[in-house]
Amino acid sequence: MTFGCSIAFLLSAALTVAGALAAALLKNLVHCALSLTVTFAGLALLYLQLDAQFAGFAQILVYIGAVAILVVFAILLTRGAGIPEYRGFSSSWLLGLIIAAAIFALFGWAVTKSLPAQITASAAPAITVQSIGAALMSSYVLPLEIVAVLLTVALIGAVIVAMPESRITKSETRTGGGQ
Amino acid sequence: MSQQASFWNNLDQVFVLLQHRIAGYFPVWLQPVVETILAVVGIVAAFPGIFALTTVLERKGLGRMQNRLGPNRVGPLGILQPVADGIKSLTKEDIVPLSADAAVHFLAPVVLVIAVFMGFAVLPIGRNMVLANLDAGLLFFFAIGASTELSIFMAGWSSRNKYSLLGAMRAVAQMISYEVPLLLSSVVAVMITGSLSTVKIVEAQSGFTGIFPHWYVFTPWGFAGFVLFVIAALAETNRSPFDLPEGESELVAGYFTEYSGFKFALFFLGEYLGMFSIAGFAITLFLGGWGAPLSVLEFVPSWAWFFLKLLAAIAFFIWLRGTLPRLRQDQLMNFAWKFMLPMTLLNLVVAGAWRFLGDGWPRWVICSVVLLAAYVLLGRVLMRNQNLGARSYRYAD
Repeated sequence: MTFGCSIAFLLSAALTVAGALAAALLKNLVHCALSLTVTFAGLALLYLQLDAQFAGFAQILVYIGAVAILVVFAILLTRGAGIPEYRGFSSSWLLGLIIAAAIFALFGWAVTKSLPAQITASAAPAITVQSIGAALMSSYVLPLEIVAVLLTVALIGAVIVAMPESRITKSETRTGGGQ
Repeated sequence: MSQQASFWNNLDQVFVLLQHRIAGYFPVWLQPVVETILAVVGIVAAFPGIFALTTVLERKGLGRMQNRLGPNRVGPLGILQPVADGIKSLTKEDIVPLSADAAVHFLAPVVLVIAVFMGFAVLPIGRNMVLANLDAGLLFFFAIGASTELSIFMAGWSSRNKYSLLGAMRAVAQMISYEVPLLLSSVVAVMITGSLSTVKIVEAQSGFTGIFPHWYVFTPWGFAGFVLFVIAALAETNRSPFDLPEGESELVAGYFTEYSGFKFALFFLGEYLGMFSIAGFAITLFLGGWGAPLSVLEFVPSWAWFFLKLLAAIAFFIWLRGTLPRLRQDQLMNFAWKFMLPMTLLNLVVAGAWRFLGDGWPRWVICSVVLLAAYVLLGRVLMRNQNLGARSYRYAD
């Protein structure tokens, strides 16, 4: 109907949905994180099928190469591996189901409303990486700089959180204990 | 003369012509698929072949550097050692620990080998010899390289072994830290070329001034970028002197402690193939790819130059492994964040200055002086608190 349902799209969509379902339903937390990685890979495939090369490769580089690693490190450093979670069902599952169905209906309505009346078979505009770079440097300079400031703040925050205690308090406690 | 020229031309394009000849036997709608399959077969045949050669070269080379012979039983001078290694790893029992996570334990080497083989798709091995001429080829390679970190984590975590987990966490921390200087040092080549496509980067370096080539390594920013890229590449592939994650004297075998038989061979293969692909990228970005070093030598086929440069890079890596001691984890991380990151950022500024200063000798002098001064100053500042005395040697009597 909308994408022409090519085989490539069906396969990538199936991969994405399967990964997302596994990430929500599996018992072992690290397995969930790895299934989420499969979901990210499926999304990257979808971007590549739409000829958005930069978006697809940036998705792999950032999400699979950094965010997935961050998630597994967070799991390791806070829980310790190997303890399977007990999966019970919550008592308000009916309400959750109704809300999820309502949101899905909203998304479906918005997507089908926003499509053009006829899908023309014209060639997709070729957005090269050069045009993305030119746009970033001319009309999107302010968002670029704000993102840079945000990343710097995150880096400094990480260093401060992970820093050992300052040397002054350490030497004070040492001499205090010696006396 | 023209007959000679066309002979060398045909030799240069012999693989492309072979590919088109074989694809000609198939119907037209099937030809692109067949051509792709042939190119993939070529890559899968060539690079594991080089891997087999490298294992024996490394053991012999390391042996000679350590004043011993290296393998010399199998075949003349030990050349057939990889065959013996292959048979050994195929026939060993595949042991999976009882408490290990079987699915993830099985998938880790698979993910590694898949990611590493995909990285070869954008490597221009010769003139017109690239599997996928992507507009964002370099980004593709680095994205796929980032996926190998995940497989190392999977290997270390699924083994349920303290040494494996420690090795995996060290390896992932090291790889993440060195990915930033790796990408930043390759950005200078992209900046000056104006494209992320590996084919265009090689073509931009294919001119000659007199007999000297226009390789990026012969410019101040290119040389600095090349050195930084090679150091970061060594760290990315867990290669000595950055091989703490798999240091045998520390962690048994790090993240692949619990792997035996063919899975161990797959990890080994994946690591070495990763080394080849990143060396290939260093060659593509800075050493002119398949270009000849002197304009008089242009008749030699382009793929021959690529493989010669790759061989030189492999020999250099083996040499480093036999010579330098291993870096400690905190020395590793300090080096990445405190030295390499500022140097790569400064290199970006210097490359920009190079581009806008215009042709002539002033830009050579300014760029070289800035980079050298930064290197010396940064080194002095970082070594200030180390209190290292004079070097002392102890020889065995």
